[in-house]
Amino acid sequence: MAKSNRFLTGKGDASASSFAALRQKEHFGPIAYLCFIAVTVLTLLICVCVGSVTIPFTDTVHVIWKAMIGQPIPDISAKSIILSVRLPRVLCVALTGAALSLCGGAMQGLLKNPLADGSTLGVSSGASLGAVIAIAFEITLPQFPFAGTMVMAMVFAFLSLLIILSLAYKLDYSLSTNTIILIGVIYSMFVSSILSLVITFAADKVKNITFWTMGSLAGSSYQNALLLLAALILCGGTIVCHARELNAFAIGENNARHIGVNVRRVKLVTLVAVSALIGVCVSIGGTIGFVGLVTPHMVRMLSGPNHRRLLPCCIFGGAVFLMLCDLLARTIVNPLELPIGVVTSFIGSILFIVIFYQSRRNTV
Amino acid sequence: MTMLEVQNLSVRCGSKTIVDHISFSLKKGQWLMLIGPNGAGKSTVVNAISQGIAYNGSVCCCETDLKSLRPEQVAKLLGVLSQHHSINYSFTVGELVRLGRYSYAPGIFSRKSDEDEQMVAQALEMTGMTPLINRSLLTLSGGELQRAFLAQLFAQNPKILILDEPTNHLDLIYQKQTFELITAWLERHGGAVISVVHDLSLARSYGSHALLMNHGSAIACGTISEVFQPDYLNAAYQMDVGGWMQQMLRSWN
Repeated sequence: MAKSNRFLTGKGDASASSFAALRQKEHFGPIAYLCFIAVTVLTLLICVCVGSVTIPFTDTVHVIWKAMIGQPIPDISAKSIILSVRLPRVLCVALTGAALSLCGGAMQGLLKNPLADGSTLGVSSGASLGAVIAIAFEITLPQFPFAGTMVMAMVFAFLSLLIILSLAYKLDYSLSTNTIILIGVIYSMFVSSILSLVITFAADKVKNITFWTMGSLAGSSYQNALLLLAALILCGGTIVCHARELNAFAIGENNARHIGVNVRRVKLVTLVAVSALIGVCVSIGGTIGFVGLVTPHMVRMLSGPNHRRLLPCCIFGGAVFLMLCDLLARTIVNPLELPIGVVTSFIGSILFIVIFYQSRRNTV
Repeated sequence: MTMLEVQNLSVRCGSKTIVDHISFSLKKGQWLMLIGPNGAGKSTVVNAISQGIAYNGSVCCCETDLKSLRPEQVAKLLGVLSQHHSINYSFTVGELVRLGRYSYAPGIFSRKSDEDEQMVAQALEMTGMTPLINRSLLTLSGGELQRAFLAQLFAQNPKILILDEPTNHLDLIYQKQTFELITAWLERHGGAVISVVHDLSLARSYGSHALLMNHGSAIACGTISEVFQPDYLNAAYQMDVGGWMQQMLRSWN
């Protein structure tokens, strides 16, 4: 009886420290963000330095700094390598990594599924198909030559998500981990076969098939980086603003509805933002697999599952992770270059098996 | 004062009618037990009231039709505790309970108010979860997990609690704790409670009213003593319920 009374009143249990913990902020402070930015910038500079020709660190910083503040750039031999080859590429890699990781983190929360990612759900393949169709059939918007590809990639990414989710709902209402991944994989293979077909028939217009299945950001321009940045700010911002709703979804969709989340609206907004972001990434860099799966898992060890910390962490973590992968792809078999997706898929598929194994063990 | 008015509630799934014209009303301080054999449609009624599935008929809470309200407005009136929670991520108890305050500031740029913090602290204290505030949900036992969700529900502070078999798979000690916590909440906040309960003894000792269902329609509705008549129970459960309960009790003597 005494015990049940204690449960009713709870007196004597509340220590001062636990209330202090209760008031703890859910999001990171400015110092944490400064650290993240510092790490990201440092990685970026290192990635610009290292390559087939290694450029001294001080030269790199000097050239980039002068270019940024608009002063005449000192005439170093590496100037053009830094400014017109490496920097735009590394910038695009960083932004793509950030965007894909954010998408992965958001989908893992929304679907309460630790294996969700653009590549495991088949969204990236869908986006590739859209982009390839746009190029092969010359679907363009007047005045914006590149926009047709991008819009098609976005539309196909969203349609892919709709198809996969509705199929999964039909089979298994609770959207269990295994069903949705199985459907995603099958859908991915199906789309890839159509993709190969289209590419075979339009080989003269479309880049080679490796680009669309393994991805590459070689030869990216500043324009590409700008586009990625705009998409990241717009769609990524939308996703980050829904961090609290994603927390509720990560606990469970029913719980989210019970506490008053507008389940349908949040789902639609998040999925549209995710598809648009993946669409932009794929139309610029092809399908870079498993980034959105790997980063959120590594980042979660640092930030915990709360999306207010997780999502910003994903942005920085994803940028750093993909820059390092790209560095590896460029340098490991120098002077040859591996497609970046080879590196990410290698790491990603191992991690996939680890997570799958762990989640099976937890449920059994 | 009538808190909940359910009129002609029907739920159809394809061509099959799962719930057929159920009507009842709930006043302040009442605890309605939804009872009936498996497949009677009890959980469906609860899902329809909490706006989780499409239904015909009307559900009014405090004289407003729930269909006309936004989700966060509904959440301030109704709170739901489900029977199963599968947890995939290691959120802490504190984070879970604080999510209960979502409906009070659903916007993007919302800030935490002092009232939120107070309600969260109170809910944690009521359920005895304060010492576990920083524990991961993945490490909690079934009973602790259910109490954490109950704390979230208390922090949400709705007018009506809806409990769908809240203690179905829990040990006896947690059954007792949960039902006493809800009794205490009812006394303190003066709302109303609807719960789906399998255990008729629990229903009888904690409920003030009951709705007995079978095959989707109501067999009896009223106070506990009106509904717990042998005629009704025996017909619904197709056995001598009273006799069985007596026999169970005798084995303890």
